[in-house]
Amino acid sequence: MDLIEVIDFKKSFGKKQVHRGVSFTVKKGECLGLIGGSGTGKSVLLRSLIGLEKPDSGKILFHGQEVTNRKERDLIEVRKKIAYAFQGGALFDSMTVYDNLAYPLRAHTKLSEKTIADRIHLQLSEFGLQDAEKLYPANLSGGMQKRVGLARAIILEPEVILYDEPTAGLDPYNTRKIQDMILRLKEKGTTSILVTHDMPVAFAVCDRIAMLVGGKIEAIGTIEDIEEKSNNLILKFVHGEVR
Amino acid sequence: MNPNVGALFLESILLAGGLGILLKQVASEIFKPPYEHGLLVEQIFQIGARSFPLILITAISTGMVMTLQFGIGLEKFGGQPYVPKIVSLSILREMGPVFTSLMVAARVGAGIASEVGSMVVTQQIDAMRALGTSPIKKIVVPRVLALLITLPLLCSLANMIGITGATIIGITELKMDPEFFVLKITSTLKLKDLFTGLGKSVFFALFISTVSCYYGLNVKEGTKEVGIATTKAVVVSSTLILVGDFFLTKLFWMIERWL
Repeated sequence: MDLIEVIDFKKSFGKKQVHRGVSFTVKKGECLGLIGGSGTGKSVLLRSLIGLEKPDSGKILFHGQEVTNRKERDLIEVRKKIAYAFQGGALFDSMTVYDNLAYPLRAHTKLSEKTIADRIHLQLSEFGLQDAEKLYPANLSGGMQKRVGLARAIILEPEVILYDEPTAGLDPYNTRKIQDMILRLKEKGTTSILVTHDMPVAFAVCDRIAMLVGGKIEAIGTIEDIEEKSNNLILKFVHGEVR
Repeated sequence: MNPNVGALFLESILLAGGLGILLKQVASEIFKPPYEHGLLVEQIFQIGARSFPLILITAISTGMVMTLQFGIGLEKFGGQPYVPKIVSLSILREMGPVFTSLMVAARVGAGIASEVGSMVVTQQIDAMRALGTSPIKKIVVPRVLALLITLPLLCSLANMIGITGATIIGITELKMDPEFFVLKITSTLKLKDLFTGLGKSVFFALFISTVSCYYGLNVKEGTKEVGIATTKAVVVSSTLILVGDFFLTKLFWMIERWL
């Protein structure tokens, strides 16, 4: 069953047409990798899935319901089910790590502060951040900020997670930690879309990979398909032969 | 038409439209639960309590300087006895609300625009939206409410401090009788004078908060634009205060006559 459907998505910024009719689907429980050169609009596409950007034309369906024509207030329910892990974490810098994680719980649940605290402590320990709860984002390393951002994104236990370059700029140790977290969430049945330039991570966690070229999906296939066909566009991108 | 005039006209139209939309969004969120009491109290402290030292200096200097200028100027015509009346009325109806609002626009307006602009650049506003919450409710509403509450209070304090400064100079520099000075002030000032000034401050609070939030939220191209947005927020809100003051003065005179 297709959980997310993107149909003939078109988006321009001024005179620059970034998307010229992007179409793809994501099945429940699947992890789709979205790759492509810099500036091909991968993040814009990801942002559009939760209505942070509006397309010029085309449709995005979630559970068969259109997302693109919804008003900001009507998008709240979608955003509770589709989490977005921002590239830089996008943590609220006036709040501690604890309050950052408590933010969605306080906004969308009626849990007691005691239950919220328990949930946060559990989440922090899963992400190896148990000593960071009283720290402010400015006191965290880039890797820790990404992990806190990811922990905050999934604390409401969403159906779908959108990862925007979750391993960009990280050392191999932190990259591995994030990769393991994505795999753990995938094992739990969470659907995900991963925008990345980190091909080893993409090959390790994704079921399928789609490649954006010239505003369209030019290639899409399972990891096995890609590895079998030596003239595959995605494989050429991985080897740095195309951008 | 001069292209600069055309661009300014277009920007003014966009600003008016943007402010209208923002005010509509604020109006639709302000009465809807959950109410962000914590954020409101924090903003009242940031905007109100922290602005007090600046307001104190502005108000006391204004009262003192006005008394000195009017006292020396009117002495030639034997008009010194009118100084308490002129100064106290000017402070309550004009100087108190306008100068306080201008100082708050500079301090708080700049702070709001740069803080909100930085939140846009660092994707914190997007994160709020992505987490299913409204930046209008979390960011704009507490600031608008905090200014609506604190600016009239700051104006009231500025009025008191300004009149105190005026009295001190009237007695010490102009050598006026203290009892006469105070009696003149109390017999001149009416409640309507106070409410006219405070009424204006409510409008000025709306100007400062919405303009600053509007420019902050509309930052698009990085940190450089945060600086530009901050400058615009202060310039536009100060201009609105000064221009708006004329129309509000006319409006309040009409209401007074009507009453």
